[in-house]
Amino acid sequence: MAPLLENSITTGLGVEPMLPKPYCIQRLRHETDDTFTIELAPENSGETFSFLPGQFNMLYVFGVGEVPISISSDPQDVRTFQHTTRIVGAVTRGMGHLKKGDVVGVRGPYGTPWPVQEAEGRDVVIVTGGIGLAPLRPALYHLTAQREKYHKIVLLYGARTPEDILYRRELERWRSKFDLEIQVTVDRGTRAWRGSVGVVTTMIGRSPFDPSNAVALACGPEVMMRFAVMEFQRRGLASENIYLSMERNMKCAVGFCGHCQYGPAFICKDGPVFRFDRIEPIFGKAEI
Amino acid sequence: MRQALEGIIGEHLFFKGLEERYVKIVAGCAKNVRFGEREIIFREGDAADQFYFIREGLVAVELMVPQRGFTTLQTVGEGDVLGWSWLMPPYRWRFGARTLQPTRALAFDGKCLRGKCEEDHDLGYELLKRFTFVVTERLEATRLQLLDLYGAPA
Repeated sequence: MAPLLENSITTGLGVEPMLPKPYCIQRLRHETDDTFTIELAPENSGETFSFLPGQFNMLYVFGVGEVPISISSDPQDVRTFQHTTRIVGAVTRGMGHLKKGDVVGVRGPYGTPWPVQEAEGRDVVIVTGGIGLAPLRPALYHLTAQREKYHKIVLLYGARTPEDILYRRELERWRSKFDLEIQVTVDRGTRAWRGSVGVVTTMIGRSPFDPSNAVALACGPEVMMRFAVMEFQRRGLASENIYLSMERNMKCAVGFCGHCQYGPAFICKDGPVFRFDRIEPIFGKAEI
Repeated sequence: MRQALEGIIGEHLFFKGLEERYVKIVAGCAKNVRFGEREIIFREGDAADQFYFIREGLVAVELMVPQRGFTTLQTVGEGDVLGWSWLMPPYRWRFGARTLQPTRALAFDGKCLRGKCEEDHDLGYELLKRFTFVVTERLEATRLQLLDLYGAPA
């Protein structure tokens, strides 16, 4: 078994890793019925914010609480950054009611990134479902900005219904480029929907990539990722070329509290992005 | 023409590993077909005498639901197999199929193939193995759809 903790990185672990810094909301946009994107900038306009695709921040809504949310914007933009989240609890509900000019606390960025450098010179296949597209969006920005460094780029995206599709305009823009293969499917179609209906993992079998020279990135519900892995392996993709973004209940984000323990690892510190061969023995185990 | 069909069938993933003599038999029951956009390929309840390999395009497998109209349960596209009601009595389509895009396909005469399979059970077994895989894949996908994975957590 490959060492699980090999890809741990320590960004965001400054002198005061538990102290949030104030950031101003520049924009809050509702993406779907239950998801929204907030854009943040440092309160001090001279500061910048850098992160790697796949990393997350701890966002603190004052008086309500703190939650981990993946960064969903272009990593090249160091003046502002975005988070897309679904309203699932008190903090995200409170965050959804904030407006331009309000301040939230931010700790981060934390966690391991998508292997965009390792994927250079190869096909990149991205499989994602629901809100799982958000943590992959920075990777897509990176891949499209550095398009010449990659062979085929394939995005397979599944949503619940056509109304739940995130980043519609960007998907349409990316799809209009001839050098990206983007396939979107929904679990339940509507009368107006003329696209694919069915689960996203069934698209892997026929997607145009070379398993002997490809890297797969997957993010979404864990069950979806289990089936995605099976499909990738059926296509002949090696476990060391599959990367998953795992999710557990993260609290401290720096490996102190143990809430997000995943076998011998902590998702916050050693993940969220794991190379599959490093978690293969524990992946999908109900007890872990 | 027949040779071209044999070539297409022989190269298709679905028939991978099928003996050449069987490829010839299967090709003998096949023909090229084209459908325009929003064209009905078959209707729920009609006799199921054919199945299709989609070569290009997108097809909705649908069901008429009172108050809701035709509801798409699944779509099949390039490389997919459409239809297995021809395999089992009463040989009637359980669902309808309508194109969402202009579609090219190979249509196989199911009645003809059923007869060949009765004559040669080895061919029947080879075909059933392959269709069982497709049916299993669809069942798995349907179960995942039922889970409503992208819905809000409970």
